[in-house]
Amino acid sequence: MYAFDFTRPRTIDEAAKALGAEDAQALGGGQTLIPALKQRLAMPSTLVSLSAIPEMQGVCRADDGSVCVGGATPHAVVAAQAAGDFPALADLALNIGDPAVRNRGTIGGSLANNDPSSCYPAAVLGTGATVVTNTRKIAADEFFDGMFTTALEEGEIIVEVRFPVPRRAAYAKFEQPASRFALVGAFVAQYDDGVRVAVTGASEDGVFRWAEAEKALGAEFSADALDGMAPSAEGMIGDLHGSPEYRAHLVGVMTRRAVAAAG
Amino acid sequence: MPQVSMTVNGKPASGDVEGRTLLVEFLRENVGLTGTHVGCDTSQCGACVVHVDGRDVKACTMFAAEAEGAEVTTIEGMGEPDGTLHPVQQAFQDHHGLQCGFCTPGMVMSAVALLEKNPKPSEAEIRDYLEGNICRCTGYHNIVKAIMAASGQDVGRIAAE
Repeated sequence: MYAFDFTRPRTIDEAAKALGAEDAQALGGGQTLIPALKQRLAMPSTLVSLSAIPEMQGVCRADDGSVCVGGATPHAVVAAQAAGDFPALADLALNIGDPAVRNRGTIGGSLANNDPSSCYPAAVLGTGATVVTNTRKIAADEFFDGMFTTALEEGEIIVEVRFPVPRRAAYAKFEQPASRFALVGAFVAQYDDGVRVAVTGASEDGVFRWAEAEKALGAEFSADALDGMAPSAEGMIGDLHGSPEYRAHLVGVMTRRAVAAAG
Repeated sequence: MPQVSMTVNGKPASGDVEGRTLLVEFLRENVGLTGTHVGCDTSQCGACVVHVDGRDVKACTMFAAEAEGAEVTTIEGMGEPDGTLHPVQQAFQDHHGLQCGFCTPGMVMSAVALLEKNPKPSEAEIRDYLEGNICRCTGYHNIVKAIMAASGQDVGRIAAE
């Protein structure tokens, strides 16, 4: 690692101020950033830890019924605290990485990084959640902007994520067994006004909504409604773990499994 | 250099660290507790698992400064001061839950964390919980057996695979 200064502010305002310094970078749980720093893929002047800001921790239920997750909440805490109000989200969090990683990695860190194979983007896009930062609210459909790219400005902090709770929902992940990232993961959520389907791990553009499946499931919410359906292989990721055609096929399979799991 | 202070195995520990100093480096080099091992240094293998405020974490993927004010427990803090082993350590010895022993500190720390949450885990639950702990000798069978035994369960019926 290159050397850097380290600061651990107690409030969002202090963190925003610290992030105003040139080449300062926010640190969530560090489960992706620390390995990247070890490989000298990043050279921040200062790391601003977001782990000691009480108002960015924990899961709560807002007055409008949505489930709010503090930006610095570790996956294990989401798994425990969201289990009653939003079991599909808790289940997704419970299957990220391994237990020790889940005790450090945070929802805000995962979303800001927007790894094309990470799980949380599927839940955020699949529910049409709102990403609340220290300066504004960003709708999920506006937040993800391609692989490792988001709508966040330099120094902007994810303070909270607000999930509208679906009537029913589930996430199905085909796990890459070594990394435990999603080779393909599908999040399906049914609301009074329609169904949302978000897919991670598959596309070269990162997480995306599968419009054809949303339409079919809106007409009939059953795995059979997606019989034989799969998105085009064009633009899907091809690597040693799977070809674009394989991933496109898996999108159909995992979406059907998610629908079946949602019941 | 900024100073960091924490409690390690019940005793205060502090020292000057760089921002980039990892918790595992602080424990091994500043505090002198070399029981916590660095295996892969890429958060895959789990040899460096310690408990921070009661949660199992990979000490190679956490900065020392992040543990400011925390209660840290390492493998050295598991047994009694008179040398009596922790029940999980004793079970590893009784059931030969190690071959070379390099992964053992992390295995024990993860196992203890599991049993705190789930006092009677099934074999499948143990294997699932240990997915972030790698044994390069591939001695998983007796590790799983030891953890079952430590939780007071019958290990006679676990077939060798």
